[in-house]
Amino acid sequence: MNRYPLWKYLVIAVALIIATIYTLPNFYGETPAVQVSSTRQSIPVDTALMGRVEEALKAQNISPDGLYLDGSSLKIRFKDADTQIKARDAIQRALGDSYIIALNLLPASPQWLADLKAYPMFLGLDLRGGVHFLLQVDMQAAIDKTMERYAGDIRRELKNKQVRYGTIKRNGNVLEVQLRDADTLKAAQNVVSRTLPTLVLNSDDANYKLTATLKPEEVTKIQSDAVKQNISTLHNRVNELGTSEPIIQQAGPNRIVVELPGIQDTARAKDIIGRTATLEVRMVEDDQGKVSDALAGNIPAGYDLLDEATSRGDSKILVKKDVELTGDNINDAQAGFDENGAPAVHINLDSTGASIFRQVTAENIGKRMAMILVEKGRAEVVTAPVIRSEIGGGRVQISGSMNPAEANDTALLLRAGSLAAPMNIIEERTVGPSLGKENIEKGFHSTLWGFAAIAVFMVIYYGVFGVFSAISLAVNVFLLLAILSILQATLTLPGIAAIALALGMAIDANVLINERIREELRNGVPPHSAIQAGYGHAWATILDSNVTTLIAGLALLIFGTGPVRGFAVVHCIGILTSMFSAVLVSRGLVNLWYGRRRKLTSLAIGQVWKPEK
Amino acid sequence: MELFRIKRDIPFMSYGRLTTAISLITFILAVFFLATRGLNYSVEFTGGTVLEVQYQQSADLNLIRDTVDSLKLGEATVQSLGSSSDVMIRLPNKPGTTSAQLSEKVMGLLKAKDGTVQLRKVDFVGPSVGEELVSHGLTAAILVCLGIMAYLALRFEWRFAVSAIIANMHDVVIILGCFAFFRWEFSLTVLAGVLAVLGYSVNESVVVFDRIRENFRKPGLRGKSTASIIDNAITATMSRTIITHFSTEMMVVSMLVFGGPALHGFAMALTIGIVFGIYSSVLVASPIALWLGVSREHMIKPTKPKEEAVV
Repeated sequence: MNRYPLWKYLVIAVALIIATIYTLPNFYGETPAVQVSSTRQSIPVDTALMGRVEEALKAQNISPDGLYLDGSSLKIRFKDADTQIKARDAIQRALGDSYIIALNLLPASPQWLADLKAYPMFLGLDLRGGVHFLLQVDMQAAIDKTMERYAGDIRRELKNKQVRYGTIKRNGNVLEVQLRDADTLKAAQNVVSRTLPTLVLNSDDANYKLTATLKPEEVTKIQSDAVKQNISTLHNRVNELGTSEPIIQQAGPNRIVVELPGIQDTARAKDIIGRTATLEVRMVEDDQGKVSDALAGNIPAGYDLLDEATSRGDSKILVKKDVELTGDNINDAQAGFDENGAPAVHINLDSTGASIFRQVTAENIGKRMAMILVEKGRAEVVTAPVIRSEIGGGRVQISGSMNPAEANDTALLLRAGSLAAPMNIIEERTVGPSLGKENIEKGFHSTLWGFAAIAVFMVIYYGVFGVFSAISLAVNVFLLLAILSILQATLTLPGIAAIALALGMAIDANVLINERIREELRNGVPPHSAIQAGYGHAWATILDSNVTTLIAGLALLIFGTGPVRGFAVVHCIGILTSMFSAVLVSRGLVNLWYGRRRKLTSLAIGQVWKPEK
Repeated sequence: MELFRIKRDIPFMSYGRLTTAISLITFILAVFFLATRGLNYSVEFTGGTVLEVQYQQSADLNLIRDTVDSLKLGEATVQSLGSSSDVMIRLPNKPGTTSAQLSEKVMGLLKAKDGTVQLRKVDFVGPSVGEELVSHGLTAAILVCLGIMAYLALRFEWRFAVSAIIANMHDVVIILGCFAFFRWEFSLTVLAGVLAVLGYSVNESVVVFDRIRENFRKPGLRGKSTASIIDNAITATMSRTIITHFSTEMMVVSMLVFGGPALHGFAMALTIGIVFGIYSSVLVASPIALWLGVSREHMIKPTKPKEEAVV
């Protein structure tokens, strides 16, 4: 009669076990921790560092609850927040500025859960506190910058090929080159189309005018490169803030989302995100007399004494104040190897940069040139190679005295040191940590009391069947939390609201089933057939009503942003889990309870009222 | 326990004229308030800056208002939020001024007046973002309607699809009308709630339509008029409708009571939506379906002899 085959019970049991395991980490909470990571690949986070940190803590009589090397960062757990802060200061003193030392919270769940990849849900900013920025990249500025560069390129190429031209003007996104006659127009067109193939050329034969525009695919490329470069610049900058788990993502074609959990100092965050870094190329002064003067604190006029950070420790370097070249002229920088197989950085300059570079290198063979990153008035020498020969063509290779990791860092700094285009903050949210905690509590309480009210009502109204409904509703919560944890979805306050609403809606399926069973009983159907018919007939309606709800959920998911999306994800998953738990799990319970009784005369489904005939 | 002991079918369809009139009046009122008062859009839609601050003791709203006004930032709104110590300050976007530093400026002034003030939350939204949200919200709403209509037309019949959607839109407009009338803040979360109501309250119509279709197929009800068949369907599903909505409403009210200011608007939209959802699916959708001329022939397709399982 009402018996499930063994495999159905097994499916339910397995689902329950998985749900329990993956929901568990959410109940353990979090412990305070300090996270040590490195900005540069050349400064590794390894067991040696772990030893240093351990010693530093021992010296201060701080005993950590655990040390873990996790990928590229070292995490150290502590009992309480006070020890955490003390430990951070101790580690900071011991390690210095080369590492990022951030306060963090680590899940307190036991190791065996972590081994099963069962982690707690990631809490959104509204629940844990922090800052959210939405930045818009000024695309027109990126294109303007490119057009200016092309104007310079055309000027130089025409000069090199000795084609006489009048003026080169930029008119929005169009470059106009005025020429003298038909011959020079043709010659100019030849030169430009050969050397600058990314431009679309049009010649106005009557006025001897050549107009150049960017190919549409070039425009798209400039825009996507600008966003990418800004994102990598932001990564470098955010690292400085010492945030654990920052999120920096592209959102739409020209927007970037930055989320910094736990950061309270918004002014500083804004400052660091919004600043502009520049790269400068200057000549190094290696004259021993001047260098020792400078080191003695007596810096000669026209010179700067700057820091150079390498894996061999910090050193000072004396450079001239004159800037030969800036980062604006760098098109690209990539790490690679030179002809001898030694690590190198390959830099691609634009044509202005190329001609300046040729001149500078021709005049300074045998001397050193410094690549300097200037950020917030603080200049740091990235690298200072020796010039071996005149370098033309705009392809520069820096090699010698670096390892592959250093080459990578240098390339990254050269590429990402400055923003490709200015950005504006178009949305900002700050949530204090106390508000986050309150939001969790409020969300949890409303779900709990709502659930309790529904459960009590169901048990009173439907008796044993009400108990089954309440249990399957509880299973629904577990399944939903487990799936969200497995997906590592970000839980927000609207997400908690969606969990509550999912429960409120899920009970509909059980009400449908129970009412239908009552109705069958009312019509004089024997109990076992009533259960069968009740579940059978209710299924089609449950499916229909859930599909319509799901349509609404999906539309929210597709078009929603921010809080709406957080709601929609949980809403959609909740609909799916409720169908499983309300139908399969509650039926499993009913079958387990009643299935073995052959002579079943009544069902404990509350009072079934029959109208008097 | 059985709450609903209905002996005879309730002649809902004969009240058709009355219920449609009631609906029409509430609908027109809602549209009227939407048009005259308009929605009190949150900063997410309008752009601007919202600060939430907390004082140790009761906050002096007038003092805060004067302090904020002294900055000459445009029309600022200062109101208490839930309790007397929590205050919300809303500032409009002003072209030319960088809103990024705005919050620090305001906080600096407030801190000077009372050192215990704490910044709880800052939301800044640029002007362009809001327009996008409105258009995305509308697209989502239209998409939800089209999707539900297509599904209902496929599963049932176009007359049912049309009447269900009209009933639903009626609910949505009334929710929006309430928000306009009471000047409650209409935020993105409220929008999510409204769209969720759109998906939820169509359930009601589905359940009733399922039953109507089943009744059309029952040999025992062959001679009955369409109106009395619909009456029977609504009466039979009455108990379930009330209990389900009551359960969902308990959850939503719990959110309204325990959820705090952050969930208040959302819970409010759902509370109203669920109450009107019962009314409209029973007393709006079915009369419209009847009025559109739904009949036995539309429901029973000879090509599909398999009986659908329904409640």
